[in-house]
Amino acid sequence: MASLDDLKKRISSVKSTQKITKAMKMVAAAKLRRAQENAEKGRPYSEKMNNIILNLSSGISDKENAPKLLVGTGEEKTHLCVVMTSDRGLCGGFNTNIIKKAKQYFQKILKENKILKIITVGSKGYDQLKRQYKDNIIEKISFKDSKNINYFDADKVGKIIIDRFEKKEFDVCAIFYNQFKNVITQIPQEQQIIPLKSNEEKETSSDTNYEFEPEEDEILNNLLPKNISTQIFKAMLENSASEQGSRMSAMDNATRNAGEMVDKLTIQYNRSRQAAITKELIEIISGAESL
Amino acid sequence: MSEEFKVEIVNPEKSFLSKENVTEVVVPAFEGEMGILKDHISIISFLKPGIIKVYSKSEENKYFVEDGIVEFKDNSLSILTSSIYNMSDLDRNKIDQIVKEAEIESSKDNIDDQKRYLIDQKIEVLKNLSLN
Repeated sequence: MASLDDLKKRISSVKSTQKITKAMKMVAAAKLRRAQENAEKGRPYSEKMNNIILNLSSGISDKENAPKLLVGTGEEKTHLCVVMTSDRGLCGGFNTNIIKKAKQYFQKILKENKILKIITVGSKGYDQLKRQYKDNIIEKISFKDSKNINYFDADKVGKIIIDRFEKKEFDVCAIFYNQFKNVITQIPQEQQIIPLKSNEEKETSSDTNYEFEPEEDEILNNLLPKNISTQIFKAMLENSASEQGSRMSAMDNATRNAGEMVDKLTIQYNRSRQAAITKELIEIISGAESL
Repeated sequence: MSEEFKVEIVNPEKSFLSKENVTEVVVPAFEGEMGILKDHISIISFLKPGIIKVYSKSEENKYFVEDGIVEFKDNSLSILTSSIYNMSDLDRNKIDQIVKEAEIESSKDNIDDQKRYLIDQKIEVLKNLSLN
């Protein structure tokens, strides 16, 4: 059994850990509110953008000559996966969930004998993937230095993707991120961005006949690259809200666990203190009796 | 019957402006300035750098945009842009700074004609701005 001194030390160490996790929880809660607000504010832009593209693409008459970004290269040989994770740890299952989702996709692709290329955004994703997929990772991007998520960063990632697409380095591109639902639930998402795949095509596309200025193709050619940056930006916003939410609940749990541990250790401490006192008393009494 | 319609300007970070009661919006479309009134035909177009003017019965607002897309449908106008400034927030210094950045950009050799055109356009618009 541990000595009284050891127990005392352990209690105080758990207590200080609890202080840290508590502080981290508070910080995460404050950041979460801002991130959530940003994510919500950013939604109209990406939704509108999506709508316009849907309307445009439904109006396209010449499917053969439609931009490659929209209809794809006609092949499905090489897949590019953009895995978006956080730069910091201590946020529960946040990164692991994305990686798990991405790995499922990777395995599916590799099973079909297709070529897999990976771009990781955020250093934690790279750390987790490098062991197994080191040869597949073609680029790692991290925005550790920028404090807030901004469109500029997303645009950079978008440009990298488009550059590589134009060099015919891949046929299909998918991004992985966590969608923020609420503080305890974040849903890992897989979204294909090249060629553009829309799930709700039937519902939103309308029969409105648009006038275009300049021509449809030209608009699409200009719009599609922008849309990719927009989707990435959206993913980054969702991700940051999810990260903070995930961290908050993880830290909340940690604080609670630390509290339980302190309680348990305190009881143990008191018991052993009592035991020591009793033992001493018995010794004194039995010593007195023998006289 | 009212002659008013709805306009919404959004940038990636937030919804920049949303107004229900505008009477006319003038946007710098790619192929020339375009005024939009109520019941305009559905249209999708691009913006080049320039000034968006939003008129309502009581006031008139101006914004400087660098790029964007406009969509008009069912009497609601959406403008998506990645960089927009409210004209009343801009001062000489700020404008000079943007112009300077644009000039550096335009002096590079590796840009294509369309980009050059856009940048030149931007410089021109900014230089001609009269601040009131």
